[in-house]
Amino acid sequence: MRQDNLFNLALYFGGFVAAMIIVIMFGILFKGSVLSIKNFGIHFFFGEKWNPPMEKFGLLPFAVGTILTSIFALSLSLPFAISLAVSLGIYCSRGIVSNILSYLSDLLAGIPSVVYGFWGLFFLVPIVRNLEIKLGIMPFGVGIFTASIILAIMIIPYMSSMIVELIKMVPRELVEAGYSLGATSFDVVRKIVFPYIKSGVISGIILAFGRAFGETMAVTMVIGNVNSVPKSIFSPANTMASIIANEFPEASSGLYLSSIVYIGLWLFVITFIVNLLGNLIIRKFRAGENEF
Amino acid sequence: MMRKRFLSLIIVVIIFGLLPLKAEIELVGAGATFPYPLYSKMFAEYYKQYGVKVNYQAIGSGGGIRQLMARTVDFGASDAYVDDKGIKKFPAPIVHIPIVAGAVVIIYNLPIDSHLKLSPEVLADIFLGRIRKWNDEKIRKLNPDIELPNKDIVVIHRSDGSGTTFIFSDYLCKVSSEWQKKVGRGKVLNWPVGLGAKGNPGVAGLVRQIPGAIGYVELIYAKSNDIPFASVKNKKGNFIVPSLESVTLAADVPLPDDMRVSLTNTDSKYGYPIAGFTWILVYKDLANCGMSREKAKALVDLLWWMVHNGQKYATPMHYAPLLEKAQRKAEAIIKSIEFEGEALIK
Repeated sequence: MRQDNLFNLALYFGGFVAAMIIVIMFGILFKGSVLSIKNFGIHFFFGEKWNPPMEKFGLLPFAVGTILTSIFALSLSLPFAISLAVSLGIYCSRGIVSNILSYLSDLLAGIPSVVYGFWGLFFLVPIVRNLEIKLGIMPFGVGIFTASIILAIMIIPYMSSMIVELIKMVPRELVEAGYSLGATSFDVVRKIVFPYIKSGVISGIILAFGRAFGETMAVTMVIGNVNSVPKSIFSPANTMASIIANEFPEASSGLYLSSIVYIGLWLFVITFIVNLLGNLIIRKFRAGENEF
Repeated sequence: MMRKRFLSLIIVVIIFGLLPLKAEIELVGAGATFPYPLYSKMFAEYYKQYGVKVNYQAIGSGGGIRQLMARTVDFGASDAYVDDKGIKKFPAPIVHIPIVAGAVVIIYNLPIDSHLKLSPEVLADIFLGRIRKWNDEKIRKLNPDIELPNKDIVVIHRSDGSGTTFIFSDYLCKVSSEWQKKVGRGKVLNWPVGLGAKGNPGVAGLVRQIPGAIGYVELIYAKSNDIPFASVKNKKGNFIVPSLESVTLAADVPLPDDMRVSLTNTDSKYGYPIAGFTWILVYKDLANCGMSREKAKALVDLLWWMVHNGQKYATPMHYAPLLEKAQRKAEAIIKSIEFEGEALIK
């Protein structure tokens, strides 16, 4: 009995520490950005200028850059991630091909992001540049488009491995019942497997979105690092994470440093909101599942 | 049994880990990345000769200044001097000691063999986005022997905060009133045109990839990677190819006693105009840093060595050593460093 209590206590303590770390992080970010909040307030979010020598700071270019790259990356990677997951989970769930495929996709998740950045810079950027020359736009090669492709490749394994696990959790009886009624594999995927794992897929997508949102190194190397609101999908831009990585080490003046921390605070808040929305969506789908 | 032995081994290791083997002096510094290769070499040599360990972290000039202000390091290092406003934020007076000089060079991606020639006006116009084509008349006038293509100029600048950007923008501010008004000087700027890339390798990489690109990197980076760079017209009207000699000569001007001086747009006849010192920053009274007298003495000895015997490591590593008059000024500054009001070197 005593041992059980002790175990409980340890669990509570661990959970409490994890929760406290989030609170402390928020507190420190808030404390660091007080100066900037006092100076710019909510206008910080809508400010289009980032001008350290004149001490004018605004978040909008980076917020737009971050959201555009993440959403674009997500929509690019979704079809690939789902088809990879379905083929690994249903069409060829065992055997040497499946092993190789799943090994390779795990490997994709393990590559450090700076390596993705280099690959992007030396392989992808020239290709995009040729495309831009054909389209008749300024052939930078770097920009939102290139960054989105890199991000898309980086998040595919996150989504697909999660979806594979979910597919494996679908009760065998349901799937076999489908087959015995004469359904094709396609029907089984569409009518039985996906409705069953909907909410899990959504949370997989949110996880991947969070990864795309916070990715720094690879994005910095291929996005062009221009601190103005992007005009098109091929424009060079900048993201919130990459402006912090770029400018924090050399920031010495009070307001400047505080504004960079303020970006961190916004990143924190936006991530929080995205997760919250994700949870709401999952809850809604769960309600739907019960009817099913 | 096995377990017990393992446990006692761990305890022994912990005890030895906690006890310093020898009361060795270790100095801690942080700051600029530009002189990092040179400082590592100097500190390694110094350790070999005098047994004083120096732990230097290349976290960036801004970080070095912040750390010194917070008194978490014994010395800071910066590529830009701290201005009067910044100095007031320190809890106690600080001094700047110049160690070596560096330069910023203009690199480009053009199918030409000779050095491109640039004037300050043209350089400012290119980076302001006024001159947009390589065959613009203003560039052609400076380079009558070179066939310049009808290509768009793509400006590449640093995306990360950097002393290189500071020196470059400091120069442009001095030669162009429009630049001074619209952009200003700083480690990070609101660039009118162009793409940003991280670090010297990032800028050089993009310039190499994009035909018609122009960018700026440190001289040592361009030299050690064999990247062609432009010669720039200096204040006296001479086109100067950046080299260690022309950078050293840039410092051949009257120098202030506190050595907080910008060398850009130098008055020196054969000096390269986009150059600057890199400094080590320490508190004037080292007792302010919370260090012992012994450590303070070690730090001052190290600084003395760096501006004297240590200078011989500069040239082989493509840094421009101090001229004698800069050395004299540095000596005077080092002599002024105190511990509880008492000078450490007479």
